[in-house]
Amino acid sequence: MDWLLKATTPAEKILVMFVAILLFAGVMAFILYVSEKLPRWIPAVGFLLPAVIMLAFGLLWPGLRTIFDSFRDAAGRKSVGVDNYVTVLTNPDFQIILLNTLAWVVAVPLLSTVFGLLYAVLVDRTRFEKLAKTLIFLPMAISMVGASIIWKFVYQYKPATANQTGFANQILVWLGLPPQQFLLNPPWNTGFLIVIMIWIQTGFAMTILSASIKAIPDEITEAAQIDGAGSLSTFFNITVPSIRPALIVVITTIAMATLKIFDIVRTATGGQFQTSVIANEFYSQKFSQGNNGIAATLAVILFVLVIPIVIYNVRQMRISEGER
Amino acid sequence: MFRKKNRFAVASLGVASLVALAACSNGGATPGEPTAGGTDSASSADCAAYESYGDLSGKTVTVYASIVSPEDQPQIDSYKPFEKCTGATIAYEGSREFEAQLPVKIEAGSPPDIAYIPQPGLLKTLVDRFPDAVKPVAAAADANVDKYYNEAWKGYGTVDGKYYAVPVGANAKSFVWYSPSLMSDGGYEIPTTLDELMALTEKIATEHPDAKPWCAGIESGAATGWPATDWLEDMMLRTVTPEEYDKWVNHEMPFNDPKVVEALDMAGAILKNDKYVNGGYGNVKTIATTAFGDAGLPILDGQCYMHRQASFYQANWPEGTKIAEDGDVFAFYLPGKDADVKPLLGGGEFATAFADRPEVQAFQAYLTSPEWSNEKAKASPAGWLSANKELDPANLKSPIDQLAFKLLSDEKTVFRFDGSDLMPGAVGSGSFWKGMTDWIALDKSSKDVLDTIEASWPKS
Repeated sequence: MDWLLKATTPAEKILVMFVAILLFAGVMAFILYVSEKLPRWIPAVGFLLPAVIMLAFGLLWPGLRTIFDSFRDAAGRKSVGVDNYVTVLTNPDFQIILLNTLAWVVAVPLLSTVFGLLYAVLVDRTRFEKLAKTLIFLPMAISMVGASIIWKFVYQYKPATANQTGFANQILVWLGLPPQQFLLNPPWNTGFLIVIMIWIQTGFAMTILSASIKAIPDEITEAAQIDGAGSLSTFFNITVPSIRPALIVVITTIAMATLKIFDIVRTATGGQFQTSVIANEFYSQKFSQGNNGIAATLAVILFVLVIPIVIYNVRQMRISEGER
Repeated sequence: MFRKKNRFAVASLGVASLVALAACSNGGATPGEPTAGGTDSASSADCAAYESYGDLSGKTVTVYASIVSPEDQPQIDSYKPFEKCTGATIAYEGSREFEAQLPVKIEAGSPPDIAYIPQPGLLKTLVDRFPDAVKPVAAAADANVDKYYNEAWKGYGTVDGKYYAVPVGANAKSFVWYSPSLMSDGGYEIPTTLDELMALTEKIATEHPDAKPWCAGIESGAATGWPATDWLEDMMLRTVTPEEYDKWVNHEMPFNDPKVVEALDMAGAILKNDKYVNGGYGNVKTIATTAFGDAGLPILDGQCYMHRQASFYQANWPEGTKIAEDGDVFAFYLPGKDADVKPLLGGGEFATAFADRPEVQAFQAYLTSPEWSNEKAKASPAGWLSANKELDPANLKSPIDQLAFKLLSDEKTVFRFDGSDLMPGAVGSGSFWKGMTDWIALDKSSKDVLDTIEASWPKS
């Protein structure tokens, strides 16, 4: 087949041209004359098959292979039983990673949703609504790596005697406080990384929640006001229950994105100073330390952690669809 | 009618993909244009040294390494005489994710013909994981290495008695950068023993409270911590015998042996003393967040007096900085315990073949030849050298490179390869880096850090 792919002489090139013309004629003939006479299930299979094949080879097979690898040694040669899982769950270094991931998954969805909801309610039907929403939404448009670099500059440390280049430390200096190394001291450094993710995700939460607040019928809110409900009472008894499906979708979507967080940690600290999370540790175990067993174990743990959220999300979607 | 229109749309899509197919097959046909070599007498004379490689017209050798544009240009230029004289094409590809991508490429069955491996430890892993993919060095290159290199360099490319990788670049790490004018203003002498170095450190610290004697930085993205591993290795070479160092690297001596604790404490006497570091950046902990490339720069502002870093650090000085004994910055050899013993820590890259086609073997042999080392030295800016004995020091661009080459080829020098590069990946590019980072950033004790690294050493 060499002549077909790497044609060099003129004769070969002309041959390739004829093959191309034949192929073209064949495809055209098939589409224009044959395709109409085929039974209906053939096109259906034709459309479904690529998706099924891609899912099988791109998702199912690697998934099974990863689970298999997680029970084998670093080189994937011999079985080590559950040793990898024991290591990951008992080694203090890995425990820190699991705790960090937990902190991320709890803090980011909750705080982004709370901030997004508050913001959506506060700017709703005000004069500056569009501008205010745009400002909050903008971080969504920045890539995670870009956002991390921006915040790395914000957190940058210079000794008290030098001019500060980091915005956060400049504020501290203005307030008469000593500058801090935000990304260096655990456990607070993980918190400062989480701030980056919240900054990005609040815009997403705000957009979805704002749209569903606007979908609450005016009659309900008016009826509540006539019944004497104050704004706090309206918020907790009318707004929140009305947008419950949207709230759940937002929280679970952000939770899933947070579980897989990798870019921010890798860009801002490289997982150093006890800030590593599962996805980052997976990458460094697999690609810089060549430990396939531990890497696969971390991937499986990540997968297991995502499953309940996905199931909950799907069930909630079914319920809310059933309501309509 | 609508259906017919739809089908025409699908048909035109088919045409488009055919065009794409044709474009692809056309693209494959272009390489291998025979290069007309040796048209005039002068260039054919130049090609005399290349005759043994034979005529390789139309053949392509792919090279994969971690050096990316624009630093890769000297690499590409250094292949040109080979391409011109043999007619072969060298396709160079650089990637910042080289270490991660190379195993992926091998696993996928499409390895490069030649890869530049910066760590013998990685070579060991590759040979262990993919015994069929890594090809032993062929006779011509093997003979060249025997002839032109110190035998230790052959050892780094050997795994289980089989020879796999030829040395290409080299560097010397036992250097301390300083500002000649700053030193002479203070009336300080270049130390010739470790004790003198410590005395000088203390003297600078007391006489110049506004500056610090040392500056350091170990931040290097995912590889954060490696400059600190070099500190420990340099101190090891100055406190234990070279044989003990080898035992430590090969894990015949535990990683947390009391002798290692002692060496790490010696490094800590400088690196973990707020009085001595971190000139221009702040306290000890700033070492962890200072990029290794920026770490020595406060020397230029007089905020820091000394910076221990390899010969390749000269590429990090800003443009226009004069690197010379009477210039803006220069480096002295990190002294040993006494002035006669000269242990030298160094590193290097190795070229491994993943194919045994004749053109690949010829190219690998070319990389071991004096011709290539000299071509590469001519094409490279300051900061590159090789350990090839036939390398002409006059081709090296800076006095530091010449000094490093002199130390490397000096019979009295006790050369030892960077230990973290020789250790298994789980330690050498994992727990060792992380441990040293924690040693500084989290102020863990030397013993704790070494215990953690010892526990992470792969079993079996």
